[in-house]
Amino acid sequence: MIEIDQITKTYGEINAVDAVSMLIETGTITVVVGTSGSGKTTLLRMINRLVEPTSGGVRINGEPTDAIAPYLLRRRIGYAIQGHGLFPHQTVARNIAAVPRLLDWPADRINARVDELLTLFGMDPDEFRDRFPQELSGGQQQRVGVARALASRPDLLLMDEPFGALDPIIRARAQDDLREIQRKLGSTIVLVTHDMDEAIRLGDRVGVMDGGKLVQYGPPEEIVERPANGFVANMVGDAERPMRLLSLIPVRDLTEEGAAEGSTVPETASLRDALSACLWTGRDAVPVERDGAPIGRVTLAAIRHRVGQHP
Amino acid sequence: MRPATILRLALLGLLLALVLRPHAFVWMFKPFAPERGSAIYDRTSLLSLAMNHLVLVAVASLAATVIAVALAIFVTRPAGEAFRPLSRTITNIGQSFPPVAVLALAVPALGFGARPTLVALFLYGLLPIFENALTALSTLPPRTMEAARGMGLNRWQRLIQVELPLAAPVILAGVRVSVMIALGTATIGSTVAARTLGEPIIAGLLTNNTAFVLQGGLIVGLFAVLIYDAFVQIENRLLDRRRPAPRKAA
Repeated sequence: MIEIDQITKTYGEINAVDAVSMLIETGTITVVVGTSGSGKTTLLRMINRLVEPTSGGVRINGEPTDAIAPYLLRRRIGYAIQGHGLFPHQTVARNIAAVPRLLDWPADRINARVDELLTLFGMDPDEFRDRFPQELSGGQQQRVGVARALASRPDLLLMDEPFGALDPIIRARAQDDLREIQRKLGSTIVLVTHDMDEAIRLGDRVGVMDGGKLVQYGPPEEIVERPANGFVANMVGDAERPMRLLSLIPVRDLTEEGAAEGSTVPETASLRDALSACLWTGRDAVPVERDGAPIGRVTLAAIRHRVGQHP
Repeated sequence: MRPATILRLALLGLLLALVLRPHAFVWMFKPFAPERGSAIYDRTSLLSLAMNHLVLVAVASLAATVIAVALAIFVTRPAGEAFRPLSRTITNIGQSFPPVAVLALAVPALGFGARPTLVALFLYGLLPIFENALTALSTLPPRTMEAARGMGLNRWQRLIQVELPLAAPVILAGVRVSVMIALGTATIGSTVAARTLGEPIIAGLLTNNTAFVLQGGLIVGLFAVLIYDAFVQIENRLLDRRRPAPRKAA
């Protein structure tokens, strides 16, 4: 568990980060979202002490981060940034092995870890190990950047706009991959972004920052349905709220007895997908399936009822 | 074999012949020699002069490299930031001082021979290396440096593992310029009795023997061309794989 306790950073007269407290559960993704200048990156950089807090502190699994030298702390915390920051003079394998080398892992353990990570990120080790970063596509560079941050199995992974430099299609894939890899490894991730879609898509919990303050912190459903103030509502976007909410709710939740015509949707799909299927094919209900077998249906009326509770 | 390689080997062959078998070139230099003068400089072996010349250049350039790079590293650290303008002034003075003046001033202190020449070459070589190293170390890719810091490399590790390797090609280009200057300037060392390839040139100038001047000049020139080329080869090799490769269509 990561405990951020009344952390503040003051530059001159201005509180870039103003008494922010957060509890981050182990094995979850926490996304901090805000506009530029909201203090989100400063908050992130105070966790690994790239920025020293003016007051307040951070504890990782009960241990205060100011108890050890910053560079030793950082070796235990993965760090991935926008535009990856790979070392251009080193091969992919050497880049990924950077932190394990600092930690003096034996060579065979490092090699095995590099191959394991490349495989995990869908890159054939034999093909990519000895390439240089400039020889990779943007999406591949980004994956190597995340693989490097995960290499030493850190307690915590910090990501600063990790997908900011990717085009929308590759970004969506990278987000899905991150979700999947995080579930597989059980990593704890704190990710900073300005993109509310990304926050809702990835976050187990979402924190919204404005003017250095954490204005709301909760599960994405709560952020969408009950924004704490006008700023959060604005970030979520009035017109997109219904769709964002639907994208968070699985079809399973609204499945009812009964039959419907036409193509099916899996129970793990989101209500947004179900609504989309209804609208596109002009149906009032779509059948729901689990492992290929029909288990009921979800109706347009039920979806409307679920969303329309906001007078 | 590529044409560039053939040209390189031809120039190397010519250089070796000029140094090792100078008398084979009588036909070439005869037209430039005075009527009863010798066409080939043979008061000293050209080989030993060439070796001496190269050693002087190498020692001075090596020292200039070590000092200039160390200085550039120092002034790009937070602790040395304040000394940056001063260090530039000092290296600029080193450059703007005419080498002959350095020699004239150094002789009373250091005596005749190789030592004042070394000092002049060293002072003269500092600036290009320092300027290049300073530029390279202060324009490193910020995201790469941020990542290096964020993943827990300490200052020393960042310098050795990231900053210097990334700056190396640009620093090397500075060393190349500096070595070129030193190769030429070392000939002037012969005026204070340093044994360099300036000896035939000075002797030729004193006795109105153009053949000697050409002989010395040609050898120094060939050394310069070949060493320059070698530096460029190394720089390119360092940069080769860092350049973005042409993307294949997805």
